[in-house]
Amino acid sequence: MSRADVCVAACADAWRGDGAVLASTTGLIPRLGARLAQLTFEPSLLLTDGEATLTHADEPEGWLPYRAVFGVVAAGTRHVMMGASQIDRFGNQNISCVGDWHRPTRQLLGVRGAPGNTVNHTTSYWIPRHEPRVFVEHVDLVSGIGHDRGAVEIRVVVTDLAVLDFTTPDRSMRLRSVHPGVSVADVEAATGFPLTVPVSVPVSRSLTGPELALLRERLDPDGLREFR
Amino acid sequence: MTVLTVDDVVGELRDGMTVGVGGWGSRRKPMALVRAVCRAGLRDLTVVSYGGPDVGLLIAAGCVRRVVTGFVSLDSIPLEPHFRQARQDGTVELTEYDEGMLYWGLLAAANRLPFLPIRAGLGSDLMRINPTLRTVQSPYPDGSNLVAMPAVTLDAALVHLNRADRRGNARYLGPDPYFDDLFCLAARRRFVSCERLVSTADLIESGPPQGLLLNRMMVDGVVETPHGAHFTSCVPDYDRDEAFQREYATAAASPDTWGRFRAAYLYGDEEHYQKAVAAR
Repeated sequence: MSRADVCVAACADAWRGDGAVLASTTGLIPRLGARLAQLTFEPSLLLTDGEATLTHADEPEGWLPYRAVFGVVAAGTRHVMMGASQIDRFGNQNISCVGDWHRPTRQLLGVRGAPGNTVNHTTSYWIPRHEPRVFVEHVDLVSGIGHDRGAVEIRVVVTDLAVLDFTTPDRSMRLRSVHPGVSVADVEAATGFPLTVPVSVPVSRSLTGPELALLRERLDPDGLREFR
Repeated sequence: MTVLTVDDVVGELRDGMTVGVGGWGSRRKPMALVRAVCRAGLRDLTVVSYGGPDVGLLIAAGCVRRVVTGFVSLDSIPLEPHFRQARQDGTVELTEYDEGMLYWGLLAAANRLPFLPIRAGLGSDLMRINPTLRTVQSPYPDGSNLVAMPAVTLDAALVHLNRADRRGNARYLGPDPYFDDLFCLAARRRFVSCERLVSTADLIESGPPQGLLLNRMMVDGVVETPHGAHFTSCVPDYDRDEAFQREYATAAASPDTWGRFRAAYLYGDEEHYQKAVAAR
């Protein structure tokens, strides 16, 4: 069981219990997680091919062009897992630019759909490198809104080190689990703000035997997840 | 309704106009029309676009004062290099919206409404960086506050579809119409380029009625530009030219390499461009 396998399991678990909602992803590991969830414990989940076709068990089952995606966003029947160039302790996220928006030092993706996603439906994040310059005190530009700005639900933040959630009284970030081989101190050192840390922090779950077989044989036979 | 050339279309545009460009990212962009605008050297355009290399080429040619968008991306390459550089150099102005807000703004313009209410944007820094953006309160018992997304009205729209007839009826054949109908409905002057100009009977025959995205009320000029979306995708006629897109993105890295790219592909007319692309 590799670190990437643990990350796939944690991403898959983000959609556990969601039922018939559209699972949208950015990046390979979240996409593998969503496909795994649909093929195992969350068969009602809706996925797309990344363009306009809805897929079930990797076969086409319907049509969802971009304009219809915005309808799904507004209806709230969606749970997206986005990336984040910066994220703060309430889950405010930035993918637009670094520095002053008027004259950024680094232009990034732009806000894309982050404002609409976070104000309308459940959002999670995947962060492939857990480090202080991502987990910041204040984001440079609020693209995705956090719990202190009216987010519907930021469910989990999955990183290469840990799983974080917001099950605290003020809905600020908490350490839910550390991946095998990672210590609580490692996570705290990689996070640029104080985290709520339970007295006892569990280790992130491993994939079950059938899940691992599915991942290795069907979803990612070339092992691309190891080169994230 | 007239059948035009790409240069005829550019002749209808003026410096300072607000021009909407259809497609999405690096998908079914009216690139032949964009190349013609660049050649003509129009200035001070406000470009409204789900941005891709259309925005990049127009910026590189010095045509753009302002970009109105939610992103500028080459899809397989996350960020458009000319746009990134222009933002970091402060050489273009930007009106940044959530992707769904831009859709709503075009929809408002298409319906001749001053705004449409939307949740997207609430609580985000879009309200800070767009100081003219206002909220509106529901008059009903919910009383909720929503963003009043202003109409995005266009002087002109440029879109590219798979098939059209000489009257301005047109269809897409790929999986997604994007927002090309809304760009046309939001604009005063509407120009569609197409892979193939066909008879109306052939247009009707070539797919289901739901694919007939544009009708004669929505179009002022039609241009036949085979391979006219190159190097963006125009499925099922052709996929994105990933190798050429990489060459484009790499060339944007410095004035020297960009000068060589421009000399190789962009100094002549559209016919020259297509020949140079085919010969490489």
